[in-house]
Amino acid sequence: MMKKNLISNVVQNMKPSGIRAFFDLVLGMKDVISLGVGEPDFVTPWHIRESSIYSIEEGYTSYTSNKGLVKLRTYIAQDLKKRFGLIYDLNDEILVTVGVSEGVDVAMRALLNPGEKVLVCSPCYVSYGPMVELAGGVPVYISLTEKQGFKLTPKLLEKNITPDVKAIMLNYPCNPTGVSYTKKELKDLCKIIVKNDLLVISDEVYGDLTYDFDHTAFPTLVNARERTVYLNGFSKTYAMTGWRVGYVCGPKEIIAAMTKIHQYTIMCAPIMSQMAACEALAGSREPIDEMIREYHRRREFVVGRLNEIGLKCHKPQGAFYAFPSIKSCGLNSVDFASKLLKEKRVAVVPGTAFGPEGEGFIRISYASSFDHLKEAFDRMEEFINNKCR
Amino acid sequence: MDEILEILQKDARIAPQEIAKMTKSKLSDVKKKIRRYEKEGMILGYKAIINKEVVDVKGSEVRALIEVKVAPQKDLGFDKVAERIYGFPEVVSCYLLSGGYDLLLVVEGKDLKTVARFVAEKLSPMEHVRGTVTHFLLKKYKEDGMNLKSKEEDKRLAISY
Repeated sequence: MMKKNLISNVVQNMKPSGIRAFFDLVLGMKDVISLGVGEPDFVTPWHIRESSIYSIEEGYTSYTSNKGLVKLRTYIAQDLKKRFGLIYDLNDEILVTVGVSEGVDVAMRALLNPGEKVLVCSPCYVSYGPMVELAGGVPVYISLTEKQGFKLTPKLLEKNITPDVKAIMLNYPCNPTGVSYTKKELKDLCKIIVKNDLLVISDEVYGDLTYDFDHTAFPTLVNARERTVYLNGFSKTYAMTGWRVGYVCGPKEIIAAMTKIHQYTIMCAPIMSQMAACEALAGSREPIDEMIREYHRRREFVVGRLNEIGLKCHKPQGAFYAFPSIKSCGLNSVDFASKLLKEKRVAVVPGTAFGPEGEGFIRISYASSFDHLKEAFDRMEEFINNKCR
Repeated sequence: MDEILEILQKDARIAPQEIAKMTKSKLSDVKKKIRRYEKEGMILGYKAIINKEVVDVKGSEVRALIEVKVAPQKDLGFDKVAERIYGFPEVVSCYLLSGGYDLLLVVEGKDLKTVARFVAEKLSPMEHVRGTVTHFLLKKYKEDGMNLKSKEEDKRLAISY
């Protein structure tokens, strides 16, 4: 056995996820209807899979340039211009990453000096805080509350800014709450961000899954582009989670710094995934639009059913998650989820997985077929009628 | 296409109550609309899609696609002849096509003989029918947008962030 300092202090000090045991319980059980899945229930559309298979047959099995295939960066630049009017130079302002996850990691490492603070909303996706910590920074959590519909308000933002805060991590539409922001709301946040000279790392991977209004890309706001690292990927929109391909856009200096780290640690995203991503952007959008319409309908169904069975829920504006309150049941999140799993074989994620503010809530993913959703809600209704009334 | 039609086309078992939730409309409006679609013939019926590759369905075990060359009639075109052809219960689908032949039929029968007899005794001798080519169907892979194989299992982890 080696001596005590086997593991680095940073990693030692990182809190392990509190609900690992619950996850293991779910994964060990059979015949569970799961509303706990953080990825689309669609398989990657065939034309995308086929183009990747073809590229392998043609012998595209090598490295690509560090920044990613020129063809893919060209398509990304065209796509951003077409959808948001955003202009990024494919030569030095776009970097293809191994999913958005790598993008967040590399952004943090490129931007942070030891001890510099990053604002992170909570509840939030599980990786942001740990990635700040791994980069030597300090995450400062902004507590979002149900009362404000889990939205970051300008007031709340301003209250949390101190001189040693360097950046803010944004994610909208948000995993786990489904919250997104209108252009007006973003404008108001942006003013404060600019006034305080903060950097923005904006994870907009669920951007295409916005239902009530058009998604606004953060760098399109006034004075935002120069300070924003825009992150997006193919996982959610194109049902391509397993391909691990995403991209980062930002000012030249930041992309150059990020590319430096990326080239030493990752080299490049897998070429077959990049080929698939090319087809995703160039090919037919029909299956994608169909998926989005389907999510939209499921959202209405899920929110309607939640209200019917008495779980209060703000209306999620995007992604494929609902984040209802289970406080009326008098159980905490983990107990609620565990009992629901054991008694009714329905899996949901306890809200506490996404931060202490998630206590009293569960995350429901509607990336599940309508038949499953219907059955799961019938079972949940029985459960609630037994337990909570 | 109207959203209600889109939903029902995918799954006709979805109840009006559920459609009302999905489309955020009033239940009575949904029901009214569906009734109207039925009355106006936009919805012609509801039925299960049965995978005959898996189930033995007695009485319709052989299927054939039949190309039919037809001499069009004055003033009536192909419609009258088509009507006489698709009136036979063996004909499950009938299309008018551009190209080398005119009508394409999908014909079902309990065995080869039945289909052969239909072609030889009913179809070919019919007035205005100039010729037929029969293709027997060996296997169906996909029909009306539906892959005809048993459902694939969900390959995702049962829970993830």
